[in-house]
This record gives sequence, C-alpha cells and structure tokens, in this order.
Amino acid sequence: MSDTDSGAPVLSMRGVYKAFGENTVLRGVDLDVHRHQVVVLIGASGSGKSTLLKTVNLLEQIDDGQIFLRGQDISDPRVDVDATRARIGVVFQQFNLFPHLTVLDNVTLANRRVHGMPKDEAERIAVELLGRIGLADKLRSYPDRLSGGQQQRVAIVRAIASSPELLLLDEITSALDPQLVGEVLDLVAGLKSTGSTMVMATHEMSFARRAADLVVFLKNGVLVEQGPPEQVFDDPEHPETREFLARVHAVG
Amino acid sequence: MTSTSPAPTPPTDVSAESGRVSTADAAPHQPSQVALDRARFRKKQSARSVLIALVSTVVVAVIVWIAIVNTPGWALVQQSFFDPKTAWEALPSVLLGLWTNIQVLFFASIGVAIVATLLATVRSLRSPVWFPLRFLTTAYTDLFRGLPVLIVLYLVGFGIPALGVFPRVPAQVWGTIALVLCYSAYVAEVLRAGMEAVHPSQRYAARSLGLTHGQTLRLVVFPQGIRKVTPALMNDFVSMQKDVGLISVLGAVDAVRAAQINVAETYNFTAYVVAGLLFVLLSWPMIRLTDWYTARAQRREQTGGAV
Ligand SMILES: Nc1ncnc2c1ncn2[C@@H]1O[C@H](COP(=O)(O)OP(=O)(O)OP(=O)(O)O)[C@@H](O)[C@H]1O
Ligand SMILES: [Mg+2]
Repeated sequence: MSDTDSGAPVLSMRGVYKAFGENTVLRGVDLDVHRHQVVVLIGASGSGKSTLLKTVNLLEQIDDGQIFLRGQDISDPRVDVDATRARIGVVFQQFNLFPHLTVLDNVTLANRRVHGMPKDEAERIAVELLGRIGLADKLRSYPDRLSGGQQQRVAIVRAIASSPELLLLDEITSALDPQLVGEVLDLVAGLKSTGSTMVMATHEMSFARRAADLVVFLKNGVLVEQGPPEQVFDDPEHPETREFLARVHAVG
Repeated sequence: MTSTSPAPTPPTDVSAESGRVSTADAAPHQPSQVALDRARFRKKQSARSVLIALVSTVVVAVIVWIAIVNTPGWALVQQSFFDPKTAWEALPSVLLGLWTNIQVLFFASIGVAIVATLLATVRSLRSPVWFPLRFLTTAYTDLFRGLPVLIVLYLVGFGIPALGVFPRVPAQVWGTIALVLCYSAYVAEVLRAGMEAVHPSQRYAARSLGLTHGQTLRLVVFPQGIRKVTPALMNDFVSMQKDVGLISVLGAVDAVRAAQINVAETYNFTAYVVAGLLFVLLSWPMIRLTDWYTARAQRREQTGGAV
C-alpha cells in the first residue's frame, strides 16, 4: 500500500483471544504497531509472547477479536492467508531453517518461489545480506553445520530478504553471545532505519531497552502495561510490571 | 486486577508462573459479534465444500454407471460376474477360505514385524565389528526384494518339504514362511528409511542423556521413525493382505481357492468378485485405524496451528 495511509498502524490487534483447549493464552489483547516502530514484548515464560506472534502471522487461528495489517482485517476467513504471510517476515524461537537446503537456498527460497524474483537477483540480495552479518563464507553450507548463533542470523536474513512490511522476531538473541547481540541489535536498528516495522519477543531486558520504541508487558495473556522503554523499565505504573522487573533484576 | 489473585504466595522464579492462571479470568469470555460471524462463515464454507464434494461424487458415479450399463455386453457380464444367487451360494465356502487367509495374515504379520525390526536394527549398527552381519542382511534384503513372491512361494512351498527333513505340515505354514521371507525384506527397508529420516540431533540428544545405542534406537529413534513411515508400512500390510491370496497356488484352501472351486462348479465368475470384495472389506478397518492413529499422534505432538 502507498504512503498515503501510513497514518494507519501497520499492525493493530483488537480484543484478541486465543485458547488452547482449556488453557486461555491470550485474553483480549489490544496492540497498535506503527510504521518504523520496534515493539518489544516482555513477560514471563509462558505468558503468551510466541502465541501472540503466531496469531499475527496466522499460524494460529484466533478465537475472538480482530487483527489488522495496514487496515485490512487479516483475521477474516476470506483473506488469502498465503499472500498475507508473504507480507510478514518471521524468525521463530526455534530457527526452523530447512535442513535440506543450503544457507543460500534457505534465504532465496521465498523470493524466488513466492515473490517470483529471478534467481540471480534473489542471490544477489542474499549474498549482500549474509555478507553484512559476516556469513559470506557459509553460503553453500547446510544449516546443521552452522553454530547456533550463525543459524539464528541466517534465520533473520531469511525473514528480511523479501523486505516484509512487518517483521516478527521471537527471541532472536537467545542463542547469541554478547558481541553478537550487539551486532543483531545493529542489524535491527539498520532494518528500522530502512523502514521495517518489527514486533519482537525477548527475555533480554537490556536488549529490549536499547532496541525498543515501545515496550509491552504481557502477563498470562493480558497486556498489562505498555509504553516507551524508559517509562516501563524505570518507572512502571503497574505493580505487576514492577514485580516482574524486580524478579528479572534479582536473577540477572 | 490483583484483587482476584489468591492469598500472598512466596516469591517464585520467573519461569514458574507460566501455568498459573490469575488476573483477568474472573468471568468466562463471551464471544463477540465478529467472532460469531467468522464462525458462521467458516461453517458455511465447510458445509459448501462438503456439498460440492457430494454432488460431484454422485454426478461422476451416475455417469460411470450409465456408461457401463449401456455397453453391448453388459447383460452377459452382469450375469456371469454379478449374479446375486451365485454370490450367496459361494459366500460360505469363500468365507471359510478367508478365515485361512486371516490366520496366515496374522502369523505372517507378527513374523514380519519381528524379522524386519531385527534386520533394520542390524543394518543401522555402525561399528565395524558388525560388518559381516550387516553385509548378510544387506544381501538378504536385496535378494528378497528382487524375487517375485510367487517364485518364493513355489521354492519354499514345494522345495523345502521335498528335502524330506521336516515333518509334514499344512501348505499354509509354508505359505506363511514364504510371505515372511519376502515382506520382512521390504518392511526392513521401510523401517530403516524411517529411522534415517529422524533428525541426527535427536540421536545426539539421546546419547548425551547417557542412553546407549540400543536404548537410543528403541526409545527415541524407532518411535519417531515409525511415525514417519506408517503410511508406507500400511501400504506393505495391505499389499501383503492381498498376497496372502497367493498361497492358493500351494493347494491351501483359502478364499481365492474356494472361489476358484466354486467357479469351476458353476461356470460363473461371481465367486471371484465375492472373494475380491471380502479382501477389500478385510483391509478397510486397518486402513481406517492407521489413519485415526496417525491423526491423533499428530494432534498430540505438533503445535496446533492453522498450517
Ligand atoms: N500448540 C499449543 N498447544 C497447546 N498449548 C500451547 C501451544 N502453544 C503454546 N501453548 C501454551 O500457551 C502458553 C503460552 O505459550 P507461549 O509459547 O506463547 O509462551 P511464551 O511467552 O512465548 O514463553 P517463552 O518466553 O518461554 O517462549 C503456554 O502455557 C503454552 O503451554
Ligand atoms: Mg516463546
């Protein structure tokens, strides 16, 4: 869509409910993500961060509420799910690289097969991106031959190769050493400056603080508090947020 | 919001509170209009696809039926292949024969399961010590996958008794042995393929927990591998079920042989059709059972999800 409607949020969730059987995981989540914004989801393990990201990508069907991508209701059963997913890039918590494809083929797959890009152009983009994160020498390797952090970076590149309108990142720094965390942070900042919009879940509060425009605290599927990082981390309004942060600090 | 949470609990670590339900679950959630609309649409959609499937099936069936009934020889074919009276008279003897098939199938399945598992396990052994054994099993599977079942049946069913060292046993016993020989070669290969399809990281994970090679195979690799190849195994099972009918060449009175006798008496082929239908009926419960089982395993193990 054009820039004329850039006033509408890229992603907008309204009263989203999701239950797995008896277990209600999301309870009426309302969230707006604007263009060029980096939204970071924090919350205890099992609070529903991954589930929230999966519902946005239509990998999980929601039970109630609506999800809008650039104003279009993508939770409507009439929308073309594949086309919608093609507009969204995802890096899963488990990287989910395709083990039977080389790094290069993993990265170029969607561009060639979904977006109909010629092979050499797709490869040019892939080589460029992989070079930027220091994996230019691993183009022909298979994922299982890479370290965890390397796989993580390939997964990120695979998600951004098609310049998606929205990027969903689930704990992308969990397998990385501190130096690489910094590099991924730079990558995220670079993506942001080129116009990407991102929602990411993380347990790393320092990463959240540095990367986020908006921090969202989730507890048992309820969006308890949201605001800029300074506010949520330094001066949380909600007692539950304070309690969570205190525990995190006590451990870390 | 905290007012609904239970009495003060001692502080736990962050990861421990995942399962606990607190905050906003006071009242059960009432679905909104949007959700109801969506549910209605999905229901309508699935009702429509069921309807389309139904209509197209009926249309195709009617066309095929009309085409067949209008062929010049239909009256004759109907009389000599689909005669209800002959079918009814042939049924008892064919059913009795089918009981022989079922017995053979039962013992052959058990035999195949055991032998094939052993073969697959031996072929998966890595250590050089096992080379001779591995070589033998490879030769075995190569040989018996290549040999036509009928030839194995003749060789085993007529050749071995002719040696004169074994006591006389009914023909179906030799038939069972021949089937086990052939099918364990196929099934062993299927099992091996399944075990190799299990991601190597699973072996690492199991071995790093201290499981032995055998335990790793038995507790981790085999259960996952067998899921991957259940359809292929099923295929082999149904195929074996049909090949059980071949034991009639050894003189065993099974369903096929019983039908053959009936055909010879009545000059009418209906008994073959009866036997064929009974074989189909025989395979049907097993097919449904596997479908149900694999679907259940999938539901339990894989993330829910819309894809
Ligand atoms: N496919 C599924 N089937 C049933 N329950 C599920 C499924 N996926 C997630 N859940 C449940 O939903 C809840 C939230 O899970 P989710 O993965 O969203 O947590 P999370 O916030 O991402 O946790 P973490 O920080 O550990 O990744 C958990 O209680 C989990 O058991
Ligand atoms: Mg998660």
